[in-house]
Amino acid sequence: MNGYPATWKRPPQIFTHRGWRIGLQTGFAVWLVLALATLDPNWARIVEGWERGLRFAGGFLQPDFTSRWSDISKGLVESLTMTLTSTVAGIVISVPIGVGAARNIAPRAVYLVCRSIIALSRALQEIIIAIFFVAMFGFGPFAGFLTLSFATIGFLSKLLAEDIEDIDEAQAEAIRATGASWLQMINYAIQPQVMPRLIGLSLYRLDINFRESAVIGIVGAGGIGATLNTAIDRYEYDSAGAILLLIIALVMVTEYGSSYLRKFLQ
Amino acid sequence: MLELNSLQKTYRTGDKALNDVTLSVPEGQIVGLIGPSGAGKSTLIRCINRLVEPTSGSITLSGRPITGLGHRELRAMRRRIGMIFQEYALVERLTVMENVLSGRLGYVGFWTSFTRRYGADDISRAYHLLDRVGLMDHADKRADALSGGQRQRVGIARALAQEPELLLVDEPTASLDPKTSRQIMRLLTGICAEHGLPAIVNIHDVPLAQQFMQRIVGLRAGQIVFDGAPSALTEDVLSEIYGAEDWHAMRRGAEEDRAAEADSVAHLERIGA
Repeated sequence: MNGYPATWKRPPQIFTHRGWRIGLQTGFAVWLVLALATLDPNWARIVEGWERGLRFAGGFLQPDFTSRWSDISKGLVESLTMTLTSTVAGIVISVPIGVGAARNIAPRAVYLVCRSIIALSRALQEIIIAIFFVAMFGFGPFAGFLTLSFATIGFLSKLLAEDIEDIDEAQAEAIRATGASWLQMINYAIQPQVMPRLIGLSLYRLDINFRESAVIGIVGAGGIGATLNTAIDRYEYDSAGAILLLIIALVMVTEYGSSYLRKFLQ
Repeated sequence: MLELNSLQKTYRTGDKALNDVTLSVPEGQIVGLIGPSGAGKSTLIRCINRLVEPTSGSITLSGRPITGLGHRELRAMRRRIGMIFQEYALVERLTVMENVLSGRLGYVGFWTSFTRRYGADDISRAYHLLDRVGLMDHADKRADALSGGQRQRVGIARALAQEPELLLVDEPTASLDPKTSRQIMRLLTGICAEHGLPAIVNIHDVPLAQQFMQRIVGLRAGQIVFDGAPSALTEDVLSEIYGAEDWHAMRRGAEEDRAAEADSVAHLERIGA
């Protein structure tokens, strides 16, 4: 019609040269095949694993809360203690670091120090820190408490600092103009602006810390994770099932509880 | 008496915001600072309480130097200079009362302000000021629950809570409608007259400035190009400050605003409000 082209194809967007496209696609396919070949699965072991998996699922269907109840309740109490204490300690340490890491209110030297602390805390994953603290202070919830506090600092300080950097500067300027000191400026102009978010983040961290407390127990940092690890090591899948169900229930309670509270506080 | 002596401000970006500004404001005088955006009006009033650090030149208030003060003396000086802001700059999540009391921050220690246990004088002064600006019933509301005009009244009360010797006012009516703007200007000029307070008012609304200011200073590209009575603000002068523009149309608009206001006042009186 009218001599205009009747077909149109979307032009390639990233690699416009045909040779590059073919080369990259072939290269990726070859790499995938070679990589899969090195996985070397042990088929006999996989078949055997199915049976274990089924016993595990059976444990879930018939969870045994009673026979290991004293271990389970001790683990739970340890986990909850770790969660609460580490969250509180984490918040107490995070607030000054977060304030120091906010570019708009902290002197440059303080800013750099606080940002380094945050970077360090965020670079190390909980499990690695837990292994380190278990090696330093031995098995048990104290290592877990330290781990979670340390991880909380990275999380809360960073988000708090970012929130402080996003505040309405005019309010801070107005308070400074009254002759307020730096601390008064923080209390009157910054705190009211970031408080709802700080509370929300703290509650969110509380439920993250509970979940993490179950994980770091596996490397020896106490709590319900340690109990779970023991149960699996002893092939007591019914007890392990009970523990997992409890973890799921508690995570759901903290999750819904904290999201309800956060909504209420906004 | 406020005196600025060959004040200069050059920002780090190289922008010369103020160039050799010399100005003195006697006791009780309300000076309107007019000029196009970017002329340095905002920079000028922020240099006076050193929210912006001047590059050179000197500022004295009642004979005491402001430039060159150390941290502690600067705080003591700032509390004697009240500031009122364009977008009100209230702390939105604090109550009206806390916002007014924050004008006392320069006078009280951290602990007093942190626990909100202000002295009886401070509290009754704050109530008195809220009454003066007509917000007695709003003391316990959060600042973000108020309308624009009410917020600016809180801003005025906060500045007055400092018991200032000087008011710096940055575009007080820029976010308000014409009628509320006039009410706010009337309140401001009334309060200044009551206390014999000198004020520097940045204002971009020329007719409003002419109506309420005792003296007008025109700023262009960081330099004073006009200093005189509002009546001396001729079209030629305005063109020099702002560049060519149809000032007649703007004045006609202002007359319409005034007529509308008179009309609504008459209406309010009729219904007995």
